[in-house]
Amino acid sequence: MPETIGFLKPRQAVLDRRPEIVADLADLLPEGCLISDERGLKPFETDAFLAYRRLPLAVVLPETTEQVSAVLKYCSRYGIPVVPRGAGTSLSGGAIPQEDAIVIGLSKMSRILDVDFFNRTATVQAGVTNLNISEAVSADGFFYAPDPSSQLACTIGGNIGMNSGGAHCLKYGVTTNNLLGVKLVLFDGTVIELGGKALDAAGYDLLGLVCGSEGQLGIVTEATVRLIAKPEGARPVLFGFASSEAAGTCVADIIGSGIIPVAIEFMDRPAIEICEAFAHAGYPLDVEALLIVEVEGAEAEMDATLQSIIEIARRHGVMTIKESQSALEAALIWKGRKSAFGATGRVADYICMDGTVPLSQLSYVLRRTGEIVAGYGLRVANVFHAGDGNMHPLILYNINDPEDAARAEAAGNDILKLCVDAGGCLTGEHGVGIEKRDLMRHQFNKADLDQQMAARAAFDPQWLLNPSKVFPLEGRPAA
Amino acid sequence: MIVHFEPASEEGIASVVRSAAAERVTLAIVGGGTRSGLGNPVRADRTLSSRRLSGIVTYNPAEMTMSALAGTPLAEVEAALAANGQMLSFEPMDHRPIFGTTGEPTIGGVFAANVSGPRRTVAGAARDNLLGVRFVNGRGELVKAGGRVMKNVTGLDLVKLMAGSYGTLGILTEVTFKVLPVPPTAATVVVSALNDAEAAAVMAEAMAQPVEVSGAAHLPESVRGRFIDGALPDGAATVLRVEGFAASVEMRVEKLVAALSRFGQRSQLDAGQTKTLWAEIRNVRPYADGTARPLWRVSVAPSAGHQIVAALRLQTGVDAFYDWQGGLVWLRMEAESEAELVRRYVRALGGGHATLVRAGGEARAGTPAFEPQPPAVAQLSERVRASFDPARIFNPGRLAAVD
Repeated sequence: MPETIGFLKPRQAVLDRRPEIVADLADLLPEGCLISDERGLKPFETDAFLAYRRLPLAVVLPETTEQVSAVLKYCSRYGIPVVPRGAGTSLSGGAIPQEDAIVIGLSKMSRILDVDFFNRTATVQAGVTNLNISEAVSADGFFYAPDPSSQLACTIGGNIGMNSGGAHCLKYGVTTNNLLGVKLVLFDGTVIELGGKALDAAGYDLLGLVCGSEGQLGIVTEATVRLIAKPEGARPVLFGFASSEAAGTCVADIIGSGIIPVAIEFMDRPAIEICEAFAHAGYPLDVEALLIVEVEGAEAEMDATLQSIIEIARRHGVMTIKESQSALEAALIWKGRKSAFGATGRVADYICMDGTVPLSQLSYVLRRTGEIVAGYGLRVANVFHAGDGNMHPLILYNINDPEDAARAEAAGNDILKLCVDAGGCLTGEHGVGIEKRDLMRHQFNKADLDQQMAARAAFDPQWLLNPSKVFPLEGRPAA
Repeated sequence: MIVHFEPASEEGIASVVRSAAAERVTLAIVGGGTRSGLGNPVRADRTLSSRRLSGIVTYNPAEMTMSALAGTPLAEVEAALAANGQMLSFEPMDHRPIFGTTGEPTIGGVFAANVSGPRRTVAGAARDNLLGVRFVNGRGELVKAGGRVMKNVTGLDLVKLMAGSYGTLGILTEVTFKVLPVPPTAATVVVSALNDAEAAAVMAEAMAQPVEVSGAAHLPESVRGRFIDGALPDGAATVLRVEGFAASVEMRVEKLVAALSRFGQRSQLDAGQTKTLWAEIRNVRPYADGTARPLWRVSVAPSAGHQIVAALRLQTGVDAFYDWQGGLVWLRMEAESEAELVRRYVRALGGGHATLVRAGGEARAGTPAFEPQPPAVAQLSERVRASFDPARIFNPGRLAAVD
């Protein structure tokens, strides 16, 4: 497809020195930590935002913080761009490299360093997967709360880069609310520690600034995260509605009544059909909209909370209510939801939007989304975190048809502008990456963006860390 | 006589800042002034107040968010929330009792100082509940960051940075924050007569139970009588709060009491006593003593708090009580501030930070109020600050570490 999103022009001086740079990197790292042949580089040319690809100059896979520091120091000295990478599951192109860049992959740094149940913290290397943390502490009755759908593969370093969310952040918050400390390597190779096991730290909240900075402020090599006691039980319940509007207003009424379920997920008819065909989760196929509402606690508590939710749902004309009767059924319900993107990929190519809107705007934005996509002659499936207004319209198209692809991208841009204009934002959890970079001006004015870029430049004055991402390529402050 | 500015609009604020930046005149940023004792003393040419930027801008209870101008009295915010059965879940501390200040705290001041109370352990700090800000930076530009939705990763999170920056990066003009329903009821389980180390173990055990303890504090015998008019049972009181729907609270309290059966004498407080007790813990009532005796706020890993206090007791006269499962230590010194000693033990026992919240004139002038930072972090912080306030006109001296 024709590329509409630009990358920075590769630095010729860097490309010309490629053999020398590769040789120098080999000296800095142990054997097996450097990839420079084309076949080896290929898997690193994109991430889960598949429409764009760039072969990097080289990939390094350091084993220690010191090695990360040595590589960054080298790149800083010679003006070489660096693109950090966790598992490469970014949906916004956050980990897509460029021709003159070194990719620093954290996959070899995958050890859990310390689990401290007394203080309820885990300290892990950046390449540990999200799910690994919960699995390591599950037998002792704890879990790590943020649960992006890619949690089996995505790394905690990537989660910090994107401030990832998940289905259960309605109650437990996103990454930034569950992160206590990091070890961060600055672009000049300096290693600093921010935060620790205490609930707050002295000075400016640099930890809060680093979380969600999309690898532009430094490279996180270790993180200390909070662990939470697992609830006694959790039960997802399906509520089917005759219209998206009914489901949307039901969500607002549940929240407005003072009940905060752990999760409220929304699917429209196309999404239900796609997910059911894949997961056989028992989703009702005769409804226009489905809510998965999860409550947790002791049995009697769940019963009481569910009763209140059911009463609210009845007021909105709920058509079907289905409680999971076993752990297996509950797991299937979540499997269907969490594999929504993969399942959609089986029926069509898609691009996934990630705008967040105020709850009062949910129904309006859903309706307008449908109209916008139909206006481009395309189809859309909606599956998203309704409790916090984080929409995920999946625009279905044919990647091999350039015109179709261009229409999908245009529809996506219109939807994101719609989210911003409805009082929301461009991205709730996937990040700006390259995908939404040029829309930043729709959400922020010049003073807003200039201030963000100035703060960013305080960390990396040369603008070499993940440089093609987040901020529009023009108007960046000079080093 | 220091010139005092109190503009009634964002543009008015921006205009004062632009003039000050052009003339290289420094500004002390103030709100209600009830927490002006926090941090190091500011030496500025003029003062700039946000107090006249007052009023709730938008509040939609069903969306669980509120936007308010920075100078809105906290009392006005809390009254509007209470009328809709909602609250600021992070329970901001009222600093008036310990400082002996008067006047009205503002919502801007709460976020500028990242003021958080006992529920921090489960509901996050003020910074976790702040969704969006508008502020004027040191160039006199009006900047917005964040928004009014719960999930937002669009661009750099300047919102977190503004929280707890004590007016050194910009002057907040408007804040948007998350609010939560007030739990229908609450109860407190009291475990009596534990020493500090035993109490730390009990609190850790309680937080590991699936009963959602929303407050865990330890009140040693020296302070116990200062709470709820002396109604806590004899001996040190380790207190654990449970909140929620009535049936849930009853059930979870039962479970908690059963889980702690091997520790000390257990009793319970009702909803009314619970409310009073946790407000008093939040406001550090035992040390609201009308004195200027040095008061430290020490934030460390929960397992380290009591160890630091034990180490200090061998060397100097201290009194202490604990919030946040033992990780937040309120430490009142009998005589000198002993900054070197306090900070040495914090470093030696796992790290964290100690803030000198209150002290008499000389001690306050001679001791950095905030924990000094490692040079690399201090330099980075200084560069960040320069990106907001290049002429260094805001609150000079407040954060000694970067001044």
